[in-house]
Amino acid sequence: MSMNVLPPPDRAIVARRDSIARDLARLVASGGVIADEDGRRAFETDGLTAYRCMPLAVVLPRTTEEVSRVLKYAHANGITVIPRGAGTSLCGGALPAEDAIVVGVSRMNRVLDIDLENRTARVETGITNLGISGAVQPHGFFYAPDPSSQLACTLAGNIAMNSGGAHCLKYGVTTNNVLGVKMVLVDGRVVEIGGAHLDASGYDLLGLIVGSEGQFGIVTEATVRILRAAEAARPMLLGFESSEIAGRCVSAIIASGIIPVAIEFMDKPAIHVCEAFAKAGYPLDAEALLIVEVEGSEEEISTLLGRIVDIAKPFRPMAMRVSQSPEESAAIWRGRKSAFGALGRISDYFCMDGTIPLGRLPEVLTRIGEICAGHGLKVANIFHAGDGNLHPLILFNANDPEQVHRAEEAGADILKLCVEVGGCLTGEHGVGVEKRDLMTSQFTSGELALQMRIKTVFDPQWLLNPHKVFPLENREIEHQAWEH
Amino acid sequence: MNNARPGSERELQRLIMDAARAEMPVEVIGSGTKRSVGRPVNSGLAISTASLSGVTLYEPTELVMGARAGTPLVDIEQRLADKGQMLAFEPIDLGPVLGAPANSGTIGAVFATNFSGSRRVIAGGARDHLLGIEAITGAGQTFRGGGRVMKNVTGYDLCRAVCGSWGTLAVMTGVTFKVLPRPERTGTLVILGLDDRSGVEALCAALGTPFEVSGAVHLQAPFAARLRHAGLAATQNAITAVRIENFASSLRYRLDRLKDALRAFGEIHELDDANALDFWGELRQLSPLQGSTAPLWRLSTAPRSGPAVVAAITRYMECRAWYDWSGGLVWVEVLDTADAGAADIRRVIAHHGGHATLIRAAPAVRASIDVFQPLEPDLAAITRGIKAVFDPKDILNRGRLLADL
Repeated sequence: MSMNVLPPPDRAIVARRDSIARDLARLVASGGVIADEDGRRAFETDGLTAYRCMPLAVVLPRTTEEVSRVLKYAHANGITVIPRGAGTSLCGGALPAEDAIVVGVSRMNRVLDIDLENRTARVETGITNLGISGAVQPHGFFYAPDPSSQLACTLAGNIAMNSGGAHCLKYGVTTNNVLGVKMVLVDGRVVEIGGAHLDASGYDLLGLIVGSEGQFGIVTEATVRILRAAEAARPMLLGFESSEIAGRCVSAIIASGIIPVAIEFMDKPAIHVCEAFAKAGYPLDAEALLIVEVEGSEEEISTLLGRIVDIAKPFRPMAMRVSQSPEESAAIWRGRKSAFGALGRISDYFCMDGTIPLGRLPEVLTRIGEICAGHGLKVANIFHAGDGNLHPLILFNANDPEQVHRAEEAGADILKLCVEVGGCLTGEHGVGVEKRDLMTSQFTSGELALQMRIKTVFDPQWLLNPHKVFPLENREIEHQAWEH
Repeated sequence: MNNARPGSERELQRLIMDAARAEMPVEVIGSGTKRSVGRPVNSGLAISTASLSGVTLYEPTELVMGARAGTPLVDIEQRLADKGQMLAFEPIDLGPVLGAPANSGTIGAVFATNFSGSRRVIAGGARDHLLGIEAITGAGQTFRGGGRVMKNVTGYDLCRAVCGSWGTLAVMTGVTFKVLPRPERTGTLVILGLDDRSGVEALCAALGTPFEVSGAVHLQAPFAARLRHAGLAATQNAITAVRIENFASSLRYRLDRLKDALRAFGEIHELDDANALDFWGELRQLSPLQGSTAPLWRLSTAPRSGPAVVAAITRYMECRAWYDWSGGLVWVEVLDTADAGAADIRRVIAHHGGHATLIRAAPAVRASIDVFQPLEPDLAAITRGIKAVFDPKDILNRGRLLADL
């Protein structure tokens, strides 16, 4: 594995570890600082386990004031800070550095206010994604973005990465569902942006902050939009002879004016892995499977699924089954949502996250197959078909460095392909360290410079999560040029 | 003032580069229908994107359209209607409210202002539908943000930074955006004569049901009387209206269930499809706000705070209000005074949370007060920093958003 993803650490700071840890301990309540080796080990990586690095120290504050004190201290001492939620990032967004303090918000997980009339919830951002829905579910409401890691991932991480999920075709991603934040700036100042109202006056700073990968500040509280849940929801399965036919069926459904709440696609290898794990009754002989879910009253659901069946018939589905019970629906979704875990049982894999125009799906899947075969690797594909977000899962053996290298190369080729057909490098996982060096395939140097200068507005010394998002080359030049 | 209407992106870029070199402020417009919003811009040159026109991409089954920034909004909406689709955030037509012609805005201005209509409560705003931009900075640098796909977290979200920046960060030359199917049927429930508090309470109750309410407005009687819809205007009453849009097969069921939920608020009338389309069409045209030159404010606050905000403003000045977004957006017309009520309105909004923008007022008033909500110092510093990144010589719509920007 390429271990040189981080620049050489500042040895002077690393040498001061003990005194820095003592200083930090004075800034937060007891038990808030982790400085011993075993304790720090738990934070050396995130969901992208191929990269590891022991941090200088870890702080787990319990209040915004503590976060503010820690950032003020780090800023005054020129120490890098790595913000962290639950550490589920699939792109190395929370990868520490040897000379950096990890600031994790996981202990700040309270629900501060639920306002059903205004349809908002105010929470601390260490709360899990599912924790928000859990808090409002007794009232019939939910928080819409639903990344697969929703049981573990925090709202803080969702905000940093602008996370999506299977149901964002209808409900949007994080940026469409966050109304306000309280954020600690790099020097410890605390700002509030937005609130319970819609849209900003002045620049949409909230829109910039969501998806900034922890490089602008640490968001400690947020006001999110909560929605009244539909009366019911039900999925159906459609199996097809080829992914091209499945793609055409998706187009036909959307052309009919129906926007299902989710349209998920799996290719044959993905179907087999998920079925072995979840026993959801997926059709094993199909080359491509669609899970299509609609919402409404029972009668509305029947009508809509009836229409979808009529639309699908001309595409000669090999399997077509409407869920008949809540248990069956749960099993269908368990298969899909456990895809990553199920695959992890049989192989190591890299999960790619490009987005493509739906119309290019067949061609892209063919070329992904060729790319992986060319590298002697297998691949399974999972696709949020409604919004074009493609997750090729490249299988490899992590104990074979040469194979790991080939898998990385194949992944890079696939993402470049996504850009080439009019899509992008990442639809919902973020850039992190993983796709940092591919940014030049999507953006010109001028465009990257523009983005980096925005980082400099929030963080003039580049202390917040600095090793992510942008290629390491040419940064200093850009940074200094801007300061003059 | 000189007007330039470049016929190509290249020509536009050259104009801006020249202006930047000369540090000469330029006014950035589309068709110019909204140029009286904001603090007056002092510049010798207005650059219009109106000649950069035409739909460049339309994939109905991928729910995406792309167009050059100067494309007339009416053309876009016609192309979409031909395929049974629409801009779901329901862009409003500010032109006639400001004394400009109706239906003459450009798609670029829709995103530059980030103003959305009634369906914003369920569908999101203009900002939520913008997928990609091509633009030119105040330094003359071309750049792209976002793209043509629905989900994109590659790098910072420059689309949203530019959306709603009123031409002060960059000149958009092209936009791509999400489109959605038009609903098969529209139905509307109306309750007459509610006071503001009960009206907004009813709207919030409606939004709290699972029936996907797509419009929730309360018009005080003076605004309702200005509707062109003869039947509704003649009611002499405040109008509280809730919209449902869906397939024909669902509409009846949902309207009936919603009636059950709202029965406690008063007698419920129902508008059929044609009348409902007329009514909401009028609101998109902002017809109750037309035909007046009185100062007009647009307030954004938490929905349930809307009536309290208006009640507080009423203590200081005579005003009339129209609530949209279930109370979260309030159009307030006030009597003409030296500051159009700014000091009092801003004090009220500061107490309740949200922001206030003066949409219509004489130039002298707009030059003397903050038209857009003043920013708290830390956010003002960040805002100035972002402005400097995109427009280092401060040439694009100088002073329009804030005096010191």
